[in-house]
Amino acid sequence: MTTQRDRPWMIRTYSGHSSASASNALYRSNLDKGQTGLSVAFDLPTQTGYDADHPLARGEVGKVGVPIGSIDDMQTLLAGIPLERMNTSMTINATAPWLLALYVATAERQGIAPDQLAGTTQNDIIKEYLSRGTYIFPPEASMRLTTDVVSYTVAEIPKWNPVNICSYHLQEAGATPVQEIAYSMANAIAVLDSLRERTDFAADALPRAFGRISFFVNAGIRFVEEVCKVRAMTAMWQEIGRTRYGVDDPKLLRFRYGVQVNSLGLTEAQPENNVVRIALEALGVTLSKNARARSIQLPAWNEALGLPRPWDQQWSLRTQQILAHETDLLEYEDLFDGSHVVEERTAALRDAAQTELDRVLQIGGAVAAVDNAYMKQRLVESHTARVRAIESGEQIVVGVNQFRETETSLLTTGDGSILEVDESAEREQIARLEAHRRARNAHDVEAALQQLKDVIAQGGNVLPPSIRAAHAGLTTGEWANALRAVFGEYRAPTGVGGAASSAPNEATDDVRQRVHALAEQLGRPLKMLVGKPGLDGHSNGAEQIAVKARDVGIEVVYDGIRLTPGEIVQSAADEGVHVIGLSILSGSHGVLVVDVIDGLREAGLADLPVVVGGIIPDADARALEAAGVRRVYTPKDFDLTAILGEVVDVVSTAHG
Amino acid sequence: MAELAERLLARERAAVSEALNCIDDQRPGARDRAIELLSTLERDGEDGGALRVGVTGAPGGGKSTLIDACVRALRAEQATVGIIAVDPSSPRTGGALLGDRFRMRSSARDPGVFVRSMAARDRLGGLADASHASVEVLASAFDVVFVETVGIGQSEADVARQVDTTVFVAQPGAGDMLQFMKAGVLELPDLLFVNKADTGPAAERTANELRAGLGLGERKSADWEPPILLGSARDGTGIGELLDTIRAHRRLLEKTEQLVPLRRRARANFVEETLLRRYGTWGAERIGGRDAIGARVVAACDESRESVFELLNVLADEIERGG
Repeated sequence: MTTQRDRPWMIRTYSGHSSASASNALYRSNLDKGQTGLSVAFDLPTQTGYDADHPLARGEVGKVGVPIGSIDDMQTLLAGIPLERMNTSMTINATAPWLLALYVATAERQGIAPDQLAGTTQNDIIKEYLSRGTYIFPPEASMRLTTDVVSYTVAEIPKWNPVNICSYHLQEAGATPVQEIAYSMANAIAVLDSLRERTDFAADALPRAFGRISFFVNAGIRFVEEVCKVRAMTAMWQEIGRTRYGVDDPKLLRFRYGVQVNSLGLTEAQPENNVVRIALEALGVTLSKNARARSIQLPAWNEALGLPRPWDQQWSLRTQQILAHETDLLEYEDLFDGSHVVEERTAALRDAAQTELDRVLQIGGAVAAVDNAYMKQRLVESHTARVRAIESGEQIVVGVNQFRETETSLLTTGDGSILEVDESAEREQIARLEAHRRARNAHDVEAALQQLKDVIAQGGNVLPPSIRAAHAGLTTGEWANALRAVFGEYRAPTGVGGAASSAPNEATDDVRQRVHALAEQLGRPLKMLVGKPGLDGHSNGAEQIAVKARDVGIEVVYDGIRLTPGEIVQSAADEGVHVIGLSILSGSHGVLVVDVIDGLREAGLADLPVVVGGIIPDADARALEAAGVRRVYTPKDFDLTAILGEVVDVVSTAHG
Repeated sequence: MAELAERLLARERAAVSEALNCIDDQRPGARDRAIELLSTLERDGEDGGALRVGVTGAPGGGKSTLIDACVRALRAEQATVGIIAVDPSSPRTGGALLGDRFRMRSSARDPGVFVRSMAARDRLGGLADASHASVEVLASAFDVVFVETVGIGQSEADVARQVDTTVFVAQPGAGDMLQFMKAGVLELPDLLFVNKADTGPAAERTANELRAGLGLGERKSADWEPPILLGSARDGTGIGELLDTIRAHRRLLEKTEQLVPLRRRARANFVEETLLRRYGTWGAERIGGRDAIGARVVAACDESRESVFELLNVLADEIERGG
């Protein structure tokens, strides 16, 4: 043994589902298994500021995370967990000030002062516009809320990470390592610059704020390059701290980051291989001591199939524990110091990232680059290139486009091989919400709401009145509506319009000829609506289909995310499309797709064919087909050209 | 077709979509049905009818957001709105991404707002083949019609011919005024709107550039000097004034008896364009060329009150018979 063993990173599992009480039970059992921190997944209505009984929440309550509608739910979620000793990471963005307020208020009710709390609010809104889609307000208003949280926590909750800048979702959206570095740095700069511009923020607190900014990084399968990436980010962040913000304390200059390894590369085909992928990806962010992650959560091997069960999550937890406690990884100084190979690659990434960062700063920074879709377009292009490389076989994905012969998987057969969220979860959450509304003091709620509105209108910090509103029993939807009334709602550019088209090849030429032949037969060009019903903001799949459809000669109507089934039906009717393609990754396909089909029938469009793509378990796919869906596509269907060829067949049959 | 026309004039929403599909349909039988439909609508619409507004300007200038703001104001007055949003087609594949509706949130689920996106097809940057006819269809069923085009090249001229009022949307700091002036684009709009005026001095500077640019060009009409308005589509500033000015321009067209000739020219243009597209210059030459066609269309409008759409069939027959 060369040196004293390093302390392991914080070991977490990203989890939450169904209800606050079910999630509480899960957290407590995970902590018993040796997990050392909490990572809370919220459901989409909570993330986008809707109460469980709002029309847009339909089908989404308790699906991808826990529903938190008021302080009652937060108290249930954290019951029996020692908050003064816990480190809690919350994946929450547009409604981050509200969920932090609920967390603080819950602690206060347990007699714990805010300055004893430790944890992280993700609170990185820019990547929501670019990738994840749970934004609510326009960029300027969102930046104000983001910096409200920073300003409040730096003063009141010094151990809190108010912003977790996410390069993670950029990689999921297709970013190359260079783009991942450049855009995450640009996002962090946007937060710090707008903090610096606030008149109510003391200039001498800026270095401390800099020191509290943490990052949430992705780790892909090219793990040697990932080692270089995190080393480049470490160096670049220190440089930005020193030169742009005048920080000189080495502790405050540290690049602190948490990790969730890559989900984009996890496959539905031969899913047991994902265990190996996940372990290798974890190496990328732990091998280099000087750039090692401070906390890690690993996805489950079967998440491309549906929601993972507790046992699946345990496997990911054990993977981390083996790496931290069985291997000798933590016994050495940095393995790469002095490695000219790693140093060269690191320097190359850093130089290219600096060039791209300068470009973003030149067009006015990350906020401007959201509004004019510069970053989004670059990401859509990178993702398109990746999809094409897999389609052509140039990029090998084991079990997907090579080595496909397989024994029957013994892990994925049988009932109960994924977690099914009980459909009664939504009903029960609505009942709890209604009971809560009845039980609270209407006068207190009114007064707290008024104070919240006044503070927003006066430009004050939104945290103090939000904490008061949490105590008074305001609901998540009421809080968000108060802000919507002032800030308005925002639709981010889709970025697909400017995406460069692919070089023609034989397969696309063939589909294009069939598209044109069908158009002759139909009398007008083939027109397709690509729709994303519900609150799921993961639009990459829909965008890739839209771009590819254009490239094979289809006229594509793509209206972006967060549409109700009713809006999709109306759009299809008005636009006169020949086919609808729906994309849903949140698991709410059962409700939302059937709503679209029912709506079409009511609109007299029962013959309009519908195809669906998403994370859809086999049994659900059969049920959707029985309900009238013509084709169901899942992550194993990676060949977009082939999918569109089938769409042509579907239209041809339907209109033939 | 008479039944479809009736349903249209009764403002039945599904009929609007059906009529637009029919107009777009290139099969011979459908083409005849479309002509029949348009003839019916034409006879019903001579008095001016719906307000037709073109919105043009460089990409990213906020055209969709501006239309959205106008729609909200119009809906508050109970006026119904139809919108045609044109996006470019890929010249190589013929495919197109029509993504404009994402900014038009006010249209979602409102029965008084209708949006149809169209691909420009073979007209590079220009209007879709069927857009003139589509404007007529929407005008028969809605109080106000907007046509939005991506602001490059031919489209400005195309829009200007088909609407009562053309609005040019500029954004501050877009140093492309010179380009627009070179392209003659600034001679076409009846009204200029500098968006994002909350940027302050930059918006004023843009307005001044536009004013200077307008001074250089030839004026479209002796009675109307194109006003330059400032406002913000995002927060709604200046939208009321914009709509008032659009209506004032329409009233002027009516008062000076320019509206009916304007509509006739639009139809004449449609007939010419359709024949040229179908038979080429060579085909048009067989019946005396483009000018001769134009003259006959105008004559048809002025004298015999014959439908120009029926005339389209007559002329097509003549060309096919060899002149």
